[in-house]
Amino acid sequence: MSGSVLPPETGRVVVIGIGNEFRRDDGIGPEVLARLPGQAAESVRLVLSDGDPAGLIEAWTGASLAVVVDAVRADPPVPGRLHRMVVDPADAARIQPVSSHGLGLGDAIGLARALARMPGRLIIHAVEAADLGQGVGLTPAVAAAADALTSAVLRDLAAG
Amino acid sequence: MTHRGDRTLQATGLARVEGEGAMYVRVDAGQVTEVRLDIYEPPRFFEAFLRGRCYTEPPDITARICGICPVAYQMSACQAIEAACGVSVTGPVADLRRLLYCGEWIASHALHIYLLHAPDFLGYPDAVALAGDHRDIVERGFSLRQAGNTIMELVGGRAIHPVNVRIGGFYRAPTARELRPLAERLRVALDLAVDTVRWVAGFDFPDFSCDHELLALREPGSYPIEQGTLVSSGGLEFAAADFERQVIEEHVPHSTALHARLAGGGGHIMTGPLARYTLNSRWLPPLAARAASEAGLGPACRNPFQSIVVRAVEVVCAIEEALRLIGEYQQPDRPSAPAAPRAGIGHGVTEAPRGVLYHRYELDTEGILRSARIVPPTSQNQAAIQADLRDFVQARLDFDDERLTRDCEQAIRNYDPCISCAAHFLSLRMDRG
Repeated sequence: MSGSVLPPETGRVVVIGIGNEFRRDDGIGPEVLARLPGQAAESVRLVLSDGDPAGLIEAWTGASLAVVVDAVRADPPVPGRLHRMVVDPADAARIQPVSSHGLGLGDAIGLARALARMPGRLIIHAVEAADLGQGVGLTPAVAAAADALTSAVLRDLAAG
Repeated sequence: MTHRGDRTLQATGLARVEGEGAMYVRVDAGQVTEVRLDIYEPPRFFEAFLRGRCYTEPPDITARICGICPVAYQMSACQAIEAACGVSVTGPVADLRRLLYCGEWIASHALHIYLLHAPDFLGYPDAVALAGDHRDIVERGFSLRQAGNTIMELVGGRAIHPVNVRIGGFYRAPTARELRPLAERLRVALDLAVDTVRWVAGFDFPDFSCDHELLALREPGSYPIEQGTLVSSGGLEFAAADFERQVIEEHVPHSTALHARLAGGGGHIMTGPLARYTLNSRWLPPLAARAASEAGLGPACRNPFQSIVVRAVEVVCAIEEALRLIGEYQQPDRPSAPAAPRAGIGHGVTEAPRGVLYHRYELDTEGILRSARIVPPTSQNQAAIQADLRDFVQARLDFDDERLTRDCEQAIRNYDPCISCAAHFLSLRMDRG
């Protein structure tokens, strides 16, 4: 049986925060998500994700815009440095963002393209992490970037 | 090169398993001399993290150990703490727990069958390549997974790390009317699940069997999910409270996960779908039993490569059970049983999708946790996985390194290892000297 793959619905917008607040800076995705109620329009769907590709695809299928926030490893790292990527839904090239999650965003994008389940637009905000070890609380550099990151997400939402 | 007496196979950074680890196999003079699953995800400190916390917190905290099986952690935690507090959860609240757990089985198994394991059998490097050629098949997997997630969203509050679970039951119980649309969705999913069994039953399976001691729960009259007594293929039968006397965990140098074996010189433990099925197939509900029979499964299954068939049968079982539970459901008068703290030790054990998951907590009179112990299924299975690799490689030394390495990775995925849960974990290295 073929699943019903609907064209992106005009105006349906989702923000996906990837991460685990028990892994220090990996909690930046959930942190930004927690700041959006009251700032983003009520119609914007806020989804917490552990980076599982199936869950990501389900979250953004049919959306006209999906904004994803995730922590990334960088070498050498500049903790708190922000990256913004606009993913071309039709580009067949596989991208593999270096994520803290073993199977994650790159797989989700590849699979979503194969299944024609990409959102109308996909924007990824990545934050370079300092510490992805066990424990709660963001490191100071990543915590300090949360305001600018939240603002950047809100700008993308406002631009639609 | 093939037909060499000495060789090394290795995979550094195993793909399509949950977490990080590696495999190493060494062959000297035509004999497999060393097999290691190297687990290098840092040990999880959840057990230490839980000490000093309130007895009401473990269901929410331990759910974060795994994004794939949070309900399993919640259910084992609740059961253990309720045992310590002398609380009994029965009737519709207990049924709701089984329903929520069915949702997790469906979602977790669908993910493993379609996105992680099926590409091995069909000759694809990953699910993306599989989806490129067989979009309808992967869509079917997504539909099944979504059916499971819908249960978790409705009963658990959300699909990842459900928030509606508490000691004694739930914060809010759904109305019978709220569950009705779920039944309609599950009836469609049931057909997809039966189709899945037929699809995977047609795969080619290596001629292989294992003699590990199988460990699973048993709840006479029903297929074990959220409760039961521990039983083994060697005739052991024991309660959760005896788990640590019967299942011994040991450190091994190459792994941050503990390895488990049975006490008294017992052999490797295998827990998970094959163990559950072999020890409980007589209690499968009717459609799942028929699907198993049509798939050619007898009352027992000892070929780990056929675990994908058993998982598919268990998806049918979980959907059938969910439909039964929804059909019989009446909203409880109160969504949870009162659970006042008291000093004591409680043990809990449930069937996570990957097998037996044990929790133990010690509470003081104020309900503060003095200690916590968590034994996930993957750490119990590690010794069995290594034994399978040893036997599998020894019988196939004529395969070239590339094929043997690929087949070994597949053999590891038979267990759907959740390394994140176990690490206290995967890449493959094969050394032929």
